[in-house]
Amino acid sequence: MERAVRTDLPGLTRRRRRPGEALGPYLMILPGWLWLAAFFVTPVIVMVSLSLQTGNFIDGFRQTFHFGTYADMVRTYHVQLVRSLVYGVAATVACAAVGYPVAYWIAFRAGRHKSVFLFLMLLPFFVSFVIRTQSWNVVLADHGVLLGPLKDIGLLPADFHLLATPYAVIGGLTYNFLPFMVLPVYVALERVDPKVIEASTDLYASRAGTFLRVVLPLSLPGVFAGVLLTFVPACADYVNAGILGGPSTTMIGNIIQTEYFTNLDYPGASALSFVLMGALLLAVFTYARTLGTDEVLEAAAR
Amino acid sequence: MATDTLPPPTSAGPAISLVDVVKDFGGAGARDAAVVRGVSLAIGEGEFFSLLGPSGCGKTTTLRMIAGFEEPTSGQILLHGRDMVGVPANRRDINMVFQSYALFPHLSVADNVAFGLRRKRVPKEELRDRVEKILRTVELADKADRRPRQLSGGQQQRVALARALVNRPRALLLDEPLGALDLKLRQTMQLELKRIQREVGITFVYVTHDQAEALTMSDRIAVMNQGLVEQVGPPQEVYERPATAFVAGFIGTSNLIGGPLTSVAAGTGVLDLGGGQRVTVPLRGSLAAGEAVELTVRPEKITLTTGPADSASQVRGTVREVVYLGTSTSYTVDTSTGAEMTVFQPNDGTACASPSRGDTVWLSWATDHSYLLNPAPAPAATAVADPVSLTSR
Repeated sequence: MERAVRTDLPGLTRRRRRPGEALGPYLMILPGWLWLAAFFVTPVIVMVSLSLQTGNFIDGFRQTFHFGTYADMVRTYHVQLVRSLVYGVAATVACAAVGYPVAYWIAFRAGRHKSVFLFLMLLPFFVSFVIRTQSWNVVLADHGVLLGPLKDIGLLPADFHLLATPYAVIGGLTYNFLPFMVLPVYVALERVDPKVIEASTDLYASRAGTFLRVVLPLSLPGVFAGVLLTFVPACADYVNAGILGGPSTTMIGNIIQTEYFTNLDYPGASALSFVLMGALLLAVFTYARTLGTDEVLEAAAR
Repeated sequence: MATDTLPPPTSAGPAISLVDVVKDFGGAGARDAAVVRGVSLAIGEGEFFSLLGPSGCGKTTTLRMIAGFEEPTSGQILLHGRDMVGVPANRRDINMVFQSYALFPHLSVADNVAFGLRRKRVPKEELRDRVEKILRTVELADKADRRPRQLSGGQQQRVALARALVNRPRALLLDEPLGALDLKLRQTMQLELKRIQREVGITFVYVTHDQAEALTMSDRIAVMNQGLVEQVGPPQEVYERPATAFVAGFIGTSNLIGGPLTSVAAGTGVLDLGGGQRVTVPLRGSLAAGEAVELTVRPEKITLTTGPADSASQVRGTVREVVYLGTSTSYTVDTSTGAEMTVFQPNDGTACASPSRGDTVWLSWATDHSYLLNPAPAPAATAVADPVSLTSR
């Protein structure tokens, strides 16, 4: 039965606030802010400044606020810039096409072995990025382990090749960024309440209908995150195009690398980096707008 | 409202029949180890039928088999005479209200409600009318554009109800739908559910572990225990005339009295406890003196007096605990046989005595209020073998 209990005893219910308690959360975030300020904001400012300078490596660069570099760079390298975005989109779509079923299978069908399959999927990524990509080079070589036998038995013409084609580069990008798609989609699918799936079945939806109208919409926040995590680094990647590609598959990342380290054109490389950044931000915001991020994030926040 | 809600039943038989349904998740088909161990029920058209029992008694599994989420290991489930075994959930003309509501978080209230109608390709005009109408019935017409998580628990519960009812199913299955609500809201919703059920006239099968809830709402209750149905009947019958010790103990508080009959005469039996103490019980079937019986008497049927009341049933004891409950007072009495009994006395001034702790009292009640229980199923029967045992559950 109910008993009256005094809850207003001073000293028991009211804890005295220690001075500086309100500062606690800010103090905790301080190292993070300092880190970002030192190693993110500073380099960006330095690079913006660098991109507006003129001169050369021997005589030195001077700040002239020369915005023309941006126009020059876009004019010279628009082909590679567009190609990077196209490869990025292709790799992202391929990642989604391959990764979604994988995530779905692990989330709904792997039972109590979920963590085993997630680990297996991540296992190749314990190997260095460059070595992993280089091993594709071996697999896809003109007379390598894959194409050699196929050519020998006459399934493929002798001059068929995969290396130095867009397919090799996009394939490499897809392979290297696959986990960045699978993991967020898996997390989103894992959070779908099985009762909601049952409710859909109960309300006359077929299996396909349940997937299209319930499971897929509820997993979209994961797909959205996966797209961001694959598209942005895939567009800027230079390792795959460098190792698996040829002159006709050069991506903007390779150009920036060459401009900076080989041609020592620091302003040009910096300007090109910001052009890429702008293009990616534009693409991502357009994508978010089209998809209705508010809705997506709202569903994620449930 | 009721005119357009139901297609006429295809047959005059029960809406839902279960014939010796067994569900064994182990798959071995061993009846004793199964979750549902042979349940047979006939649920009438338009009935508010409750499956009541403690957790793990198989009531939810039974409901899920009717819904089509689980297939029975053996037995038949008939919906209006048609065998439903093997028919997937989305082809059954039955809808379910889930304990956690299971609303679609990405859809508005109206889209949640329209989900089933859209799958059935109901024309747009009709769909809009039906959704509007059912949202009015559950008093949520003004919340049609909200998302489920913008609603309170009680409102979400009503959306779940509307989402199922809008399809005009042959039967509505409810799996502890009020379990997540607080007491006050739960009591309001109990009456609300009952009103809606009367309005739409659809068969409700309601799973709950809350005996008060089952008593409040049901036309009939099936009390389940360990995968079996122990008793089926209207609330009053299940309460007043419990078939088994389990039912007596699970629904409300009851005092159990067991022992061998001392004498049998004119359809009643007497257990003589000595010192003027005796219990008289109406008998069913042919029982002879010396046979062990178990009977129950409800705490509110017992009168407390300070001396022997010269009643057909009277027992002496010492008051161990007095708890004031507002409308009544509950006394826990240690009887002279060593067992404890519970007595409720109304606080309306009619009580003969208001003893305090340590007082000696006499408990008495009318013969009709002793109710003979069926012998318990084999494993639990041992307790009755003692000469006389009195317990309160």
